[in-house]
Amino acid sequence: MGLLDSLKVGLKRSREAINEIFYMGGEVDEDFWEDLEDTLVMGDMGAELALRVTDDLRDRAARENLTRAEQIRDALAQRLAAEFPEAARDPFTDVPSCVLFVGINGAGKTTTVGKLAGRAREAGLSCVIGGADTFRAAAIEQLQVWGERAGVEVITRERGADPASVCYDVVEAAEKRAVDLVLIDTAGRLHTSSDLMRELAKVVGVTRKRSSAPVSVVLVIDATTGQNGLNQAREFNDALELDGLIVTKLDGTAKGGIALAISSQLGLPIYRIGVGESLDDLQTFDALDFTRALVGEGM
Amino acid sequence: MFNSLSDRLQDTFERLRGKGRLTEADINVAMREIRMALLEADVNYRVVKEFVARCKEKCLTAEVLSSLSPAQNVVKVVLDELTVLLGSTDSRLTLAQNRTPNVIMLVGLQGSGKTTAAAKLAYLLKGQGHSPLLAACDTHRPAAADQLETLGGEIGVPVFRGDGKDAVAVASGSIKEAVDRLCDIVIVDTAGRLQIDEEMMEEAVAIKQAVRPDQILMVVDAMTGQDIVNVVTEFANRVDFDGVIMSKLDGDARGGGALSVREVTGKPIKFVSMGEKPDSLEVFHPDRMAKRILGMGDVVGIIEQAQKVANEQQVADAERMLREGFTMDDLLSQMQQIRKMGGLQKLAGMIPGMERAMAQMPQAASDEQLTRIESIIRSMTKEERARPKIINGQRRRRIATGSGRSVQEVNQLIKQWDEMNKMMGKMKGMMQPGAAGKKNRRAMQQMMRNMGGGGRFPF
Repeated sequence: MGLLDSLKVGLKRSREAINEIFYMGGEVDEDFWEDLEDTLVMGDMGAELALRVTDDLRDRAARENLTRAEQIRDALAQRLAAEFPEAARDPFTDVPSCVLFVGINGAGKTTTVGKLAGRAREAGLSCVIGGADTFRAAAIEQLQVWGERAGVEVITRERGADPASVCYDVVEAAEKRAVDLVLIDTAGRLHTSSDLMRELAKVVGVTRKRSSAPVSVVLVIDATTGQNGLNQAREFNDALELDGLIVTKLDGTAKGGIALAISSQLGLPIYRIGVGESLDDLQTFDALDFTRALVGEGM
Repeated sequence: MFNSLSDRLQDTFERLRGKGRLTEADINVAMREIRMALLEADVNYRVVKEFVARCKEKCLTAEVLSSLSPAQNVVKVVLDELTVLLGSTDSRLTLAQNRTPNVIMLVGLQGSGKTTAAAKLAYLLKGQGHSPLLAACDTHRPAAADQLETLGGEIGVPVFRGDGKDAVAVASGSIKEAVDRLCDIVIVDTAGRLQIDEEMMEEAVAIKQAVRPDQILMVVDAMTGQDIVNVVTEFANRVDFDGVIMSKLDGDARGGGALSVREVTGKPIKFVSMGEKPDSLEVFHPDRMAKRILGMGDVVGIIEQAQKVANEQQVADAERMLREGFTMDDLLSQMQQIRKMGGLQKLAGMIPGMERAMAQMPQAASDEQLTRIESIIRSMTKEERARPKIINGQRRRRIATGSGRSVQEVNQLIKQWDEMNKMMGKMKGMMQPGAAGKKNRRAMQQMMRNMGGGGRFPF
């Protein structure tokens, strides 16, 4: 399955919802705009952003004399795509590189690390995984299973060890072996827990200081997350200065609109999106493909 | 930008409060705000639409519009509707009387917190005198069984892993194991699945058929967005659950999803899961939740929490404080108590209007400030803590160096202690028998003014 295809499958539901509007008739009226706004809200994009986008689009439609729903659909895809900032570099292919994965509990950090390690091996890059989640029961074991599957070494310590010192060890070992890509999994935490956020800031600080390769801090976010995702991203960004996002679990019926809200409000690029269970379902993000699939263009 | 649903509604109602009489246009403005606020809180769009329509209808009755305080009536209407929508308190797990072992099965999406919830539930049941067994039927996620085993070990509950391959076989095996071990409840932890994953949904149904659970609980992440409706509808259709555990409510998510779940499936929310510790599974109270959403504060919750934490020793301490004055150790233990109750932030969130007040005052008390004060007190000797009067300039410098704070901060703390101690003295006077009357009332009022006005408290 190509990128566009699987995106389409993943976003099928949202497309159907938007299609409902677009197939209502050629001419657009007041109801059309209201429905459009509602659909965007339903996609977890956030009421504020949805309003802004539709208002903008309305102006544009009036200015450029767009009266048919298909024209507006195209304009919408472009309008939404413009909300995503471009990534300056891809931390998973521009090596050497060291990436820390952060996020709340259950976002899919460990799974993402496992998949990325597998992809890196396929691409012929040397890679190590650092297991800095020394808190959650069996997180290390879970990571080790992924490491075995990908054929990548996992460097970690026993449960309860200081995560910052684990990172130090990982970076040190990686540099000794001149490894291309270092992927470090951290323990999930709620952004409201200030102690744990401080601990994480230390982990990031130690890694940034020790690593000679550029360090990227990536927030992993679950596509089913609602508006609280924005709070999460904001807190993580304030504490750690994030570099970008990875959006997981886009293969369900969730529309992942929160990714758009976070990306546009915090100016964070999206590095990868997860659209399925298998290794290949972790894909590079293309803003226009994403929004085109979302509004159902080119079907 | 508003931070939360409570803030937003409070703002709207403050505007309405100034009005003696509301017009339909006023109600429309309020309803629009409520709509936006609920959407921001992740309440499902369709649920919001219906909810707002219902509220509006009720608000437009003559009773509300022509009453003396229409704004308050609008608040009441919205609150009542919200409480109705959230359902009744029903945290009982209905278990068949004549069956051993009883079976509880947990289902949900990946990462919603099933495994953690399973351990918390086991801990809760164990505390009620049951002897639970955890069954690790998540055979898909790597090391999920290890996680359950570790958690089970921490709370002293046995875990059955079986062959770790066939989830249905593990589930059936766990029942036999429970009989052998004389366990009376089996908690079946299943793998997380997307509601559109046909194979996995079939597996859940197969487990259900194999163990015929007394209760199926769906674990739902409080942070889930609009999609929650699709998720719970599909689970309700396929597996059919009896109730919901809302997880991760210890974050700042408003949990608007709770409303959606109730409205769409009609299933009760039985428990809320509030943290990492095994004892953080709490009974769900719809009235409190509704009040909290509306910014009316969860006062009952605070009292309960305080009761949970307070023990006899502390009661004795309070008496001693009144008798002999207030020491630095007392200050320290008070701060630790606040910590135990979840920190200032959590407490503030439960008191009406407090969250807003704190947000508006940048230098107001924060949890970080608590930590600083704690570090200063911890740098004092035993003697200094018991009799802070002896802390002279030299000692202040030493304490400042020891705690890594400035001398000014140490001075400030001592000044605050002094003020509190004076207050204690006044209270003591008031509590003496036969001293009641006007004079004391005045003193009390004076004290209240002091508290409200000038003196900034250390916490």
